Amino acid sequence: MHTNQKPILEVKSLSKNFGGLRALNDVDMYILPKEIVALIGPNGAGKTTFFNCVTGIYIPTEGEVWAGREGQELKQLNGVAPHEITRFGLARTFQNIRLFSSMTVLENVMVGRHTRTHSGILNAIFRGPAFKKEEQDTVDRAYDLLKEVGLEKHWKEEACNLPYGAQRRLEIARALATEPFLLFLDEPAAGMNPQETVELKELVLDLRERFNLSILLIEHDMGMVMSLSDRIYVMEYGSRIAYGTPDEIRHNPQVIRAYLGESEDA
Amino acid sequence: MDWQYFLEILFSGLTRGSIYALIALGYTMVYGIIELINFAHGEIYMLGAFTAFIVAGILGSMGYSAGAILIIGAFVAILWCVAYGYTIEKIAYKPLRGQSRLAPLISAIGMSIFLQNYVQLAQTAEFLRFPVRMPRLEFLDIFGGILRSTDFVILATSAVIMVCLSVFIRYTKLGKAMRATAQNRKMAMLLGIDADKIISLTFIIGSGLAALGGTLIATHTMQVGFGIGFIAGMKAFTAAVLGGIGSIPGAMVGGLVLGLAESFTTGYFAGDYEDVLAFVLLVLILIFRPSGIMGKAKVQKV
Amino acid sequence: MFTAKRLIRSFLISIWFMILVFPIVGIKIVKRAPEFFCSRVLIIGAITFVLAVLWSWYFEVYKDKGPSNGAFSRGYQKLSVFWQTIVDDKRTALKLILILFIAFMILPVFTSMYQTTVYSLAFLYVMLALGLNIIVGIAGQLVLGYAAFYAVGAYTYALLNQYLGLGFWVCLPIAGFITVIAGILLAFPVLRLRGDYLAIVTLGFGEIVRLLLINWANFTGGNRGIANIPRPGLFGIELSTEATTIYVYYLCLFAAIITIVIVARLVNSRVGLALQALREDEIASEAMGIDLRKIKLSAFALGSCWAGFAGVLFAARNSYINPTSFTFMDSAMILSMVVLGGMGSIVGVTLAALVLTLMPEYLRAFSEYRMLIFGLLMVTMMVFRPQGIIPPAKRKYYPTALQNEEKN
Repeated sequence: MHTNQKPILEVKSLSKNFGGLRALNDVDMYILPKEIVALIGPNGAGKTTFFNCVTGIYIPTEGEVWAGREGQELKQLNGVAPHEITRFGLARTFQNIRLFSSMTVLENVMVGRHTRTHSGILNAIFRGPAFKKEEQDTVDRAYDLLKEVGLEKHWKEEACNLPYGAQRRLEIARALATEPFLLFLDEPAAGMNPQETVELKELVLDLRERFNLSILLIEHDMGMVMSLSDRIYVMEYGSRIAYGTPDEIRHNPQVIRAYLGESEDA
Repeated sequence: MDWQYFLEILFSGLTRGSIYALIALGYTMVYGIIELINFAHGEIYMLGAFTAFIVAGILGSMGYSAGAILIIGAFVAILWCVAYGYTIEKIAYKPLRGQSRLAPLISAIGMSIFLQNYVQLAQTAEFLRFPVRMPRLEFLDIFGGILRSTDFVILATSAVIMVCLSVFIRYTKLGKAMRATAQNRKMAMLLGIDADKIISLTFIIGSGLAALGGTLIATHTMQVGFGIGFIAGMKAFTAAVLGGIGSIPGAMVGGLVLGLAESFTTGYFAGDYEDVLAFVLLVLILIFRPSGIMGKAKVQKV
Repeated sequence: MFTAKRLIRSFLISIWFMILVFPIVGIKIVKRAPEFFCSRVLIIGAITFVLAVLWSWYFEVYKDKGPSNGAFSRGYQKLSVFWQTIVDDKRTALKLILILFIAFMILPVFTSMYQTTVYSLAFLYVMLALGLNIIVGIAGQLVLGYAAFYAVGAYTYALLNQYLGLGFWVCLPIAGFITVIAGILLAFPVLRLRGDYLAIVTLGFGEIVRLLLINWANFTGGNRGIANIPRPGLFGIELSTEATTIYVYYLCLFAAIITIVIVARLVNSRVGLALQALREDEIASEAMGIDLRKIKLSAFALGSCWAGFAGVLFAARNSYINPTSFTFMDSAMILSMVVLGGMGSIVGVTLAALVLTLMPEYLRAFSEYRMLIFGLLMVTMMVFRPQGIIPPAKRKYYPTALQNEEKN
């Protein structure tokens, strides 16, 4: 594969304990520029814990997280606060949608611009030309992102009134507003119908090209995972049990054992 | 060291502490089940004291003995406060179930303000003297006056009540249903437990205990007023947090610890600053030990 | 609305309430003997009967037709649409504001001295309510000890004046600054606390401040308070008592206007959006790159400073202060203004502050029952209209792309 490329994310033997429970055990991972990587595994395998450790919501017990934009030196990110990680260029969506529900669709995306804008309290009070320009710029960029995910018609509505699939796409637009180089999607297709899932797949591929993104996604829809990902990591009981291309994973005996008893697209 | 003084302070602390514990139980049980700080709970305690005062006034004018008055007074106070607690839950909290955490809390604060002013308007803004004294229990004389009869009655009653409550929660079917609901309301409902009934029951038990506490305190301080619920409520809440909110034995321990801490600090150090001390403790505990002295920290789910 | 079943049920509920209130309302112990007041109990029974009918009717309508189609909601939606058009149509809005402004400007000419001071107080409450609105309504951090900041402002002026002889205009910015510091000092330890614990800690803070003011008597004057606080000066001109009252009225009016303008601008800004995001979901805000610590401190700082300014004005208006003006009930009253006006809504909160301060003055009967009604209002608002009477008007952010489309 892209053996000559330098990774943009490197996770080295990441572990996380909750009291006596070892939720993550010695997990390694790397992601190359513009790669789509899937993280799969049965429920409770520690996938979301992995996300939370990398994005700073949990502090890992052991291990290292390094990340950096393409062509730049990697920076160590474990122990860094979540908002700084976002600022650095890692953005995420949530498994159980966490929109700002009583704010409008447009405002949700505008909040995503927070780290890339600078107006402070005094600017807000005096509303100078620079403030107004930045505000209009934020509005326009947010609107453009809504177009990207196909939500521009709903820009005025309150976020909580959107249908489920649209809320998931809004979360993606909001994450993109932070200008990430690496996007984490936590079960983006959960609760979507087959039609929406296909559209989502197109959207993810499209966004990778247009925004030069690497994407790490947790997903249970095997059809989507297999057709979308460049590489797949498989977790079980907090440990990584396999990784490789979709073909390799499909024929990996350990993976088959882990999924035994579950239906094929579980 | 002056042992006599020490013992007096010790008993006074235990007495206060058991009253705090009685009220704290109501906070902790309600919080355990619906995660709401029932702000109006202190007001129930105050209503209990007032009801007992009124009953004592009526019976006193009819010439009943002090013992009979206190027992009937406590009984009536409990009865009425249970009704108040039940009604308040139905009006101010039940319609708000499933809303954000802020809404029921604001509703509870509103209810607390309402009840304080309700009593102030219907009765008086002044402090009233409680008309009957606790009858002297002669067998306490062997302690040489260190343990007063009100102290003894309060300690004994609360001890009995707490044992009964523990047995109820631990061994009866309803108690088990309560614990199940506290752990996981959805699951409990799936198993056929009527969560609405359990919540009502929680309010009923809590209010009854608070009313008993109110009656006991009225015989102890010999006065009632519309504002006593606020401070007592805050202190009892501190006790509940101290013991780990949601935990019933925690509330008992927390109440006693707080009562002793207060009694010893005011007894040996700054007497003027008693209430400041209580609030400082409250703030410090909430900030530094929000899960209580025995509780475990919870991990927030993302 | 009047089915037999509902009437019977309501009747039973009213009986229940009459029994419930009987000991407290129906009996009073006067000189060791009971006196009975059965009429009061019956009145309460009648009131609860009517309320019970309305209550059950409302919930039935609500349940049958869903929240958006209920009779209440329908009428209400019309109101909000009307309201939104006023906000959107700048000229109507400006006209309205202008009329109100002129009315308040000429008001002291027509009213008595006493009423002028009442209006000054109402303006101070506008400042207080808007300040608390930033913390509670916009940032979603329930603070119950807001009167403490008000006290800090008032006592800063009173003490600086008493001990150092500093005047009003010097103290105003100092008090604002000190209150902000107090806000930040309170915010630091509570950064990690959840909503309900935060409420109790701030309540504790409020009580600590008040009790310290009482107990630290040789410095603060204790319960007696501080008297002879000078009125604000006007370029060194000596004013008559009457002229000072009017002068203070205008100061309060302008202070309130400045507060409204600044708070409105803050809400509609990058910082304001971050504050709202904080209210909606802390973890998502963090994931959007918002520094929770910084934004919470900003909320406390931005909210508390208005209480500081209002406190100084209050001390100057009264020329006498004591701790009884800064109790939990005062905090609760300010909170009920925010709740009633609609959390986050600037116009709503301003109106609620004016109405709730002025109403007791004009309706004497209301004044006695003021706090009782405030408490009840808080409960009913939460049950029926948690968004408040006037919902926050959505500011129109307008994408340039759409503006261009419309032009073509």
